[in-house]
Amino acid sequence: MSRRLGLVLGLAVALLFAGSLLIGPAALGLGESLRALVAGGAERGAVALVMQEVRLPRALLGLMTGAALGLAGAAMQGFLRNPLAEPGLIGTSASAALGAVIALQSGLAALHVLALPGMALLGAFLSVGLILAIAGPRGGALTLILAGIAVSAFAGALTALVLNLSPNPFAAAEIVFWLLGSLADRSFVHVWIAAPFVLAGGVLLLSLGRGLDALTLGEDAAASLGVRLGRLRLLVIAGAAASVGGVTAVAGAIGFVGLVVPHVLRPFVGARPSALLPASALGGAAMVLAADIAVRLVAPDRDLKLGVLTALIGAPFFLHLIWRLRRRLA
Amino acid sequence: MAFLAAGGVAAAQGGAQDGAPARVVSLNLCTDQLAMLLAAPGQLVAVSNLAADPMMSAMAGAAARYRATRGQAEEVFLLRPDLVLAGSFTTRATVELLRRLGVRVELFPPPASLADVAAQMRAVGVALGRAAEGERLALSFEAGLAALAAAPGDASGGGSGDASEERPRAALYYAGGYSGGADSLAGDIVVAAGFANIAEEAGLPSGGRLALELLILAMPDLVITGASYPGASRAEEILRHPAFAGLRRAEGVSDADWVCGTPRVLDAIARLGALRRGAGR
Repeated sequence: MSRRLGLVLGLAVALLFAGSLLIGPAALGLGESLRALVAGGAERGAVALVMQEVRLPRALLGLMTGAALGLAGAAMQGFLRNPLAEPGLIGTSASAALGAVIALQSGLAALHVLALPGMALLGAFLSVGLILAIAGPRGGALTLILAGIAVSAFAGALTALVLNLSPNPFAAAEIVFWLLGSLADRSFVHVWIAAPFVLAGGVLLLSLGRGLDALTLGEDAAASLGVRLGRLRLLVIAGAAASVGGVTAVAGAIGFVGLVVPHVLRPFVGARPSALLPASALGGAAMVLAADIAVRLVAPDRDLKLGVLTALIGAPFFLHLIWRLRRRLA
Repeated sequence: MAFLAAGGVAAAQGGAQDGAPARVVSLNLCTDQLAMLLAAPGQLVAVSNLAADPMMSAMAGAAARYRATRGQAEEVFLLRPDLVLAGSFTTRATVELLRRLGVRVELFPPPASLADVAAQMRAVGVALGRAAEGERLALSFEAGLAALAAAPGDASGGGSGDASEERPRAALYYAGGYSGGADSLAGDIVVAAGFANIAEEAGLPSGGRLALELLILAMPDLVITGASYPGASRAEEILRHPAFAGLRRAEGVSDADWVCGTPRVLDAIARLGALRRGAGR
């Protein structure tokens, strides 16, 4: 990643993070908000509670969610050498959501704090493993997408089934949250649940840059450069599962971030995966923070889902990519 | 004629009046409870399956003695009812179908105020051919309300404008961030117990979604929430949000007694009033 690109993306993320902190249903003044953000002590006022316990965790989750999804998308696309690989499209997010829903409704999540993200990670891990087994590097774009549709549909159906069977009357209405994602009314509890998984997965994926760079030359060339393909595959699966599982467990399945962001940034980094990985993490964070600000501005008094906005941007992108792919194949 | 006269005597002794429906089925949680209170022995054939759910029904124990239906037209029709009691907003398809099959259906809206409670007790009494029992229940409810309003040291019940300014402020806050407004039975219970409802200052007179941060900034003296259902839901997680730390919460106070217009509404007001006095203002 060039210094200039890094600077631009970093600045965008910083501005959007600040925007996420400052925009909300309660119209708080700029100075008042910033003072409240750092106010400490036992006598925190109502404004301090709002800034520190409602808006800060939401902004942090937006940052983490976007970074994790952008990074996972870039890593999957690098490993599969396929621009259509994306956690939302190939069912990783849907499977993570299924794991999270099972953890919540079975009561596992109440037993141990790691059960919720752990089950989401397990769901994501199984689905990425399955997809890579079916549509590995030689499977082609079509196999990947078809397998992804099947995995998504299956995980989505099981999620709906679990929620419909729940004794909780509110659970069934939350299918839409698990399918489209939202950061509304999350707290620091959720930040701490997701953070270790996102960090571990992120560090792992960022460390794979050189291996993925070598892989752009082809499997044989990569092997001759000392890249062990089996190990690389396992690390990509583990890293993507940890980061996608971590964020999906607390924010639901948010699609298209991992598709759009690497695609937009690829020309700026000379298509080198090692540079695309950190750029996509920053770009993803910017996209989700922007989308989360937009849901608050478009419909402040109803909980508009994040996935609605990311799909509005992402789905046309996806069609455009398929269109180009078709012309190339024809 | 002698037979009819005998029927009249039976009505006076608590049996059904002439022309009163003999087989009544109720499809709605609130009509279930009023029918159980007012029907003659054997008159009420079935209630809805919600009536036996202690989370929502104040009369779950009594409901266990009745058949329960899930409110589907065919199971209701097979019970051969000559009167079906239903809610105005639920089981619409079932109601249409039953009417087309020639079954008499009476609709009752959910009670939206304390005044509605007494009115509905009378209306269900009339529909069941038990107007006297309905009137008696309504009168005792109204007397109970008046007694609560006159309770010593209690500022509730038709207080003047000045009194409402001194009232402690309460928020009704439910799963998903919904706040109950003043134009509801729950809103009336809050006011009758001597609180002011913050939903009005928040611009939600008939209730609606109140953002968590607006609730915190409103700094109510008491946040009244419902009981948690089993299983997990994201909607209920908001009620355990750490940002509530500074607010006094009354969890599980808004329970089955608050849902329908039964005499148990008086218990709800009394409990909430005790909570207010316990708070010491």
